[in-house]
Amino acid sequence: MSMPAASHLPVLPVIVPLLTAPLVVLLRERGLAWAATLAASACTFAMAVNLVGLVRAGGPLSYELGGWPAPYGIELAVDAFSALLLLIVTGASTVALLAARTSLEREIPAARQHLFYTAWLLALAGLIGIVVAGDAFNIFVFLEISSLATYILVAGGPRRQALPAVFKYLMMGTIGATFYLIGVGLVYMMTGTLNLADMAVRIREVTEVKPVLIAGGFITVGLALKAAVFPLHGWLPNAYRFAPHAATAFIAACSTKVALYVLVRFDFVVFRGNLPGSIEQFSVHVLPLAVAAIVLGSAIAVFERDLKRLLAWSSIAQVGYILLAVSLVSVTGLTAGVTHMFSHALAKGALFLAVACLAMTFADLSVEGLAGAARRMPITMAGFVAAGLSLIGVPGTVGFVSKWYLVLGALELGPRGALLIAPALASSLLAAVYIWRVVEAAWFLPGDADERRQEAPWWMLAVLWAAVLLNVYFGFRPGVPLELADSAAYVLLGLAGPES
Amino acid sequence: MAVLGLYNYWVFALLLMIGLYVVISRENLVKKLIGLSIFQSAVFLLYISMDKVDGGTAPILRADAENQLYSNPLPQVLILTAIVVGIATLALGLAIAVRINEAYGTIEEDELLEMDRE
Repeated sequence: MSMPAASHLPVLPVIVPLLTAPLVVLLRERGLAWAATLAASACTFAMAVNLVGLVRAGGPLSYELGGWPAPYGIELAVDAFSALLLLIVTGASTVALLAARTSLEREIPAARQHLFYTAWLLALAGLIGIVVAGDAFNIFVFLEISSLATYILVAGGPRRQALPAVFKYLMMGTIGATFYLIGVGLVYMMTGTLNLADMAVRIREVTEVKPVLIAGGFITVGLALKAAVFPLHGWLPNAYRFAPHAATAFIAACSTKVALYVLVRFDFVVFRGNLPGSIEQFSVHVLPLAVAAIVLGSAIAVFERDLKRLLAWSSIAQVGYILLAVSLVSVTGLTAGVTHMFSHALAKGALFLAVACLAMTFADLSVEGLAGAARRMPITMAGFVAAGLSLIGVPGTVGFVSKWYLVLGALELGPRGALLIAPALASSLLAAVYIWRVVEAAWFLPGDADERRQEAPWWMLAVLWAAVLLNVYFGFRPGVPLELADSAAYVLLGLAGPES
Repeated sequence: MAVLGLYNYWVFALLLMIGLYVVISRENLVKKLIGLSIFQSAVFLLYISMDKVDGGTAPILRADAENQLYSNPLPQVLILTAIVVGIATLALGLAIAVRINEAYGTIEEDELLEMDRE
């Protein structure tokens, strides 16, 4: 990469998919469309890796769009927190796309596939935009770009139930975005700025804090809707279930995390320390919801019949884990929360890739419908179990790392913290139960008369196993994500930075 | 009087609640979308109200007007973007309603739930 291009690195991951999207519409031929989409996505992933390197070496990056300096110009800001999220989003998209071709070939009519890939690119551009944007209004615009594109991805599902599911998602998502917009408007009214860093400074000068507190409520609730925080999760199970399998893997791995990213960034960087009482309110309101999500999400997953809905309920519980860790408001807690975004993305992404593989052979994706799956698709099912272990948090997988930090963070609170560990552990046990239900069906229930071995295509298996091995790799070497999460925690708490 | 002077904001809150109520209470998907539109329009009013500066005029710089007070143009620009987002959302919502009607033959939510149960 030449020098001028390198200095524009923060904005390029948004521009590349955004410009490739209209190109894909013109390409029409579905193989080419897929290749162009994959190339653009892989390109953003390479840039994300580059940005992670730059941030680790030299600290946060700031980019002035069009050369107009902040706070009047539009600033893009990449720090450790956004770099890690960038890695999650671009990685999830690239890995899901690698496996998507054959899976989508069955689910989307050939004539419409290029349009589906266009929506995919727009969703990717939107999610990346949210993560790199340094001002509240651009976050709103990118939030809606990604949401509108995601609605199209979900609506692409082959069964008609995808349509009511996406309608519900659109309704709740739009209400969430509008709440966020109201909150941003109120903050702008009181501070006269949209730049997040500038807002944090100017809120301290505001004498009448009531509108800002109300704004905090609107912003938190609006983003909680987008992030499927219990009890605002209503849209999620059916949206995940009826979306095309490859799209579910992409969405489930990153879209709720990006909404959580904005929520955490707003509540910590902008409001915390600047707005009296805001962080106590945050903890008091979010912590019980997080605990409820952790327990109920997993409990419902245990009784769920459909495999994709089962995993979706588990996602609701995992969002609870992230919020529980964050609401401890400590360095360890925030490190745990941010790391859990990473580990859950890896685990759930791999699980939904396994679902995409299973769907190549099994038409019925209910738990009973998978009877005998281990005999017909042993490699896929082994991958499913390995990813499931990461979801449960077994040592040696990345899922263990973040849950370990969560326990450490809770213990820092003393006896009160020990009470918080109980639901987290109970939920992990429930996770073991619902993953076991699938294992039981796949290995021990008698299947149909048809016991022929019929695996998914080898490249889908290769992608699945690559994702599974990443779960194990980061389980043993969690250095980079932990380091990024740790610096993110220091930034969020406004501390000087980790001393090494 | 101070309370009445803020009537723009009262209308904002009222429209917001009307929109939300329609979204929650109606079964018909098109009516829900109308509610959603009212809900979003309320926010347009919030932004447009806040940019008004007392005695301020349209923010067009003129050589002959010294010390002229201007209204803040930024919220109008912001809300123009939000209006575009709202239109896109409404268009997509209506498109989905059309597809639902093709697939189910109805756009009443209770009937949709009933049909998917069997």
